[in-house]
Amino acid sequence: MVTRTIENSQPFSWKRLFLQWEWMLVLLIIAIFMMNSSISPYFLNYTSVTDATMTFLDKAFIVFPMVMIMLMREIDISVGSTVALSSVVMATAYNAGLPMILALVLCLVVGALCGFLNGFLLVKYRELSAVIVTLSTMILYRGIAYMILEDQSAGDFPTWFSFFGWGYIGTIPFILILFIALAILFVLIQQKTVFGRQIYAIGSNPTAARFAGVKVDRIKLIVFTLAGVMAAITAIFLTARMGSTRPNVANMYELDVIAMVALGGISTAGGKGRMLGAILAVFVIGYLQYGLGLINIPAQALLVIIGLLLIISVTITNLRVKKRK
Amino acid sequence: MKKKWLVHLLAVLLFGLLVACGGGEESGGDNTGSESSNENGTEETAGNGDGEQKRHAFVFKNTGNPYGEKIMEGFETAIDETGGEAILRSPDQPTVEGQIQIIEELIAQQVDSISVSANDYDGLQPVLTKAMNQGIKVLSADSAVNGDSRTVHINQADPEAIGRTLVQAVAEMMENEGQFAILSATSQASNQNLWIEWMETELESEEYADIELVEVAYGDDLRDKSVSETEALLQSYPDLKAIVAPTTVGIAAASKVITDKELQGEVLVTGLGLPSEMAEYISNGVSPWMYLWNPLDVGYLTGNAANALVEEEITGEVGETFEAGELEGEFEVTESDDGVEILLGDPFKFDPDNIDKWKDIY
Repeated sequence: MVTRTIENSQPFSWKRLFLQWEWMLVLLIIAIFMMNSSISPYFLNYTSVTDATMTFLDKAFIVFPMVMIMLMREIDISVGSTVALSSVVMATAYNAGLPMILALVLCLVVGALCGFLNGFLLVKYRELSAVIVTLSTMILYRGIAYMILEDQSAGDFPTWFSFFGWGYIGTIPFILILFIALAILFVLIQQKTVFGRQIYAIGSNPTAARFAGVKVDRIKLIVFTLAGVMAAITAIFLTARMGSTRPNVANMYELDVIAMVALGGISTAGGKGRMLGAILAVFVIGYLQYGLGLINIPAQALLVIIGLLLIISVTITNLRVKKRK
Repeated sequence: MKKKWLVHLLAVLLFGLLVACGGGEESGGDNTGSESSNENGTEETAGNGDGEQKRHAFVFKNTGNPYGEKIMEGFETAIDETGGEAILRSPDQPTVEGQIQIIEELIAQQVDSISVSANDYDGLQPVLTKAMNQGIKVLSADSAVNGDSRTVHINQADPEAIGRTLVQAVAEMMENEGQFAILSATSQASNQNLWIEWMETELESEEYADIELVEVAYGDDLRDKSVSETEALLQSYPDLKAIVAPTTVGIAAASKVITDKELQGEVLVTGLGLPSEMAEYISNGVSPWMYLWNPLDVGYLTGNAANALVEEEITGEVGETFEAGELEGEFEVTESDDGVEILLGDPFKFDPDNIDKWKDIY
């Protein structure tokens, strides 16, 4: 019998701080920075380090709700398709004459609807697993995107729209500022609010949580809808970066996101792991890819390295969970 | 308690491994890039002024594409001859996102030129504009980007000649009567779409009145998707007499399906294919003949054009000419639809008489 306590207000200890997975990830980031600057003379300068974030942060917005979803023992593999569908709807609506501002709103609405449908199906038909439900909607959303654009690309956005993908506030990329702001918000929600603790409770034991009066269905609906909204935000940044969109954009984004969450120390068994870990993992994978890109290693080798990193990290997190039994 | 230390030990090991990797890569960076990067690895770090070795990058659509490998091989040969360093990159999936990320990394490395075989006509414009603003020469090769995103485009052959030749070929094979389908790459692939447009133009001529183009299918230049699209075509159109695949992946996949289903002679395949991959099907009669230019030459011409731009022998104005190493004659910058381009030559016909000679070359 496994018993777990919900981490809330344990006394502070330096030893525990340094044994945390998040600390490991910080060490990893430092190691990657050291490695990158030793292998490439082009890495360690302000422009390079900040511009790199523009290349990997777009999908990272989905990491926040994905942490919540995986903490609840669920998964959402439809997010990549949601990105494609909301992006395609936005472009099509704009090309059909809708003002760009409204097209952006529409993009968020489409994302929210996609996420809501996932959540709705899951709470309505509890016997269905999240993998099957979101696999179906993954195919469905991508299919609708293809029906709308019929294998064409759409674009011709107003010039200001490219700000999302390429803009700076001062010398900091806009996407980085928004990401950090949202990261702080989500860390606070996850670790400091009742809502966040209820997510841990659901992940630790869904039945017990339900009996304890946690509104499991409502929370799942909210979190899955949030995943859709974040996918739509990803769609906005990605589309702005390309200046046009096609139904096959954001291919396999869901796997990248899940990889980041897993590396962040979130256990797939639910209830274990912290938002901060996943946020750090975004930078671990992002800078690792970027650094290896700077020395032009072949794409296949990159996949192997990231796969190995995941195996090692998942093994270590698993050790950690066992230890507490 | 012991396990805690195990975790810590693993952490330290991982950390050490990464740093060690870093050190290792520094001294042996040759295994990652081109061979020439090895000899000059230390000089590059000094800066990028005149007299330094020039670095020219080529970004293909995706990895594992034999046609792309040949283009990059030709590109590398040309760059080696000029004494520069060739950087060859491709994303693992044929996506714009992947190409943008790679081009960002190349910009950060301050390369001298970037040549790209694009996955989308417009999608690379922002990132290529950024590259050009930083003084990097930008070329597209084989699969174009729009005129604002590049200095010149290197075109394998006149798109009009390719489109018209393919229709003339398929008409001859079908004896001017019946249904045929096109199996293309991705629906956004700019070169395929242009060729298909010219095929449709040629089909308007009266001599093809009895020929019907029933469908344009998209195999996305993926082997399995091309196979299933071919199977779907055979299912949907039982009277299909020919498949034209203006892509090397598509034509090989279609030929394989026809061979496996033993439909030799009933459904004929032609298009643009690699001799090494198609020799079997040209010999067994599935494909009576097909066309292609030499991808090695496309890459070779691209490399020479990139070097000419960087050395300011040409600037991308219409009418300028330059010589491309061992390729015969002079190449001229000509006007294209929305920019300028350099044409390699006419498509080359491969049939049972010459395929054996070519199949070992590429």
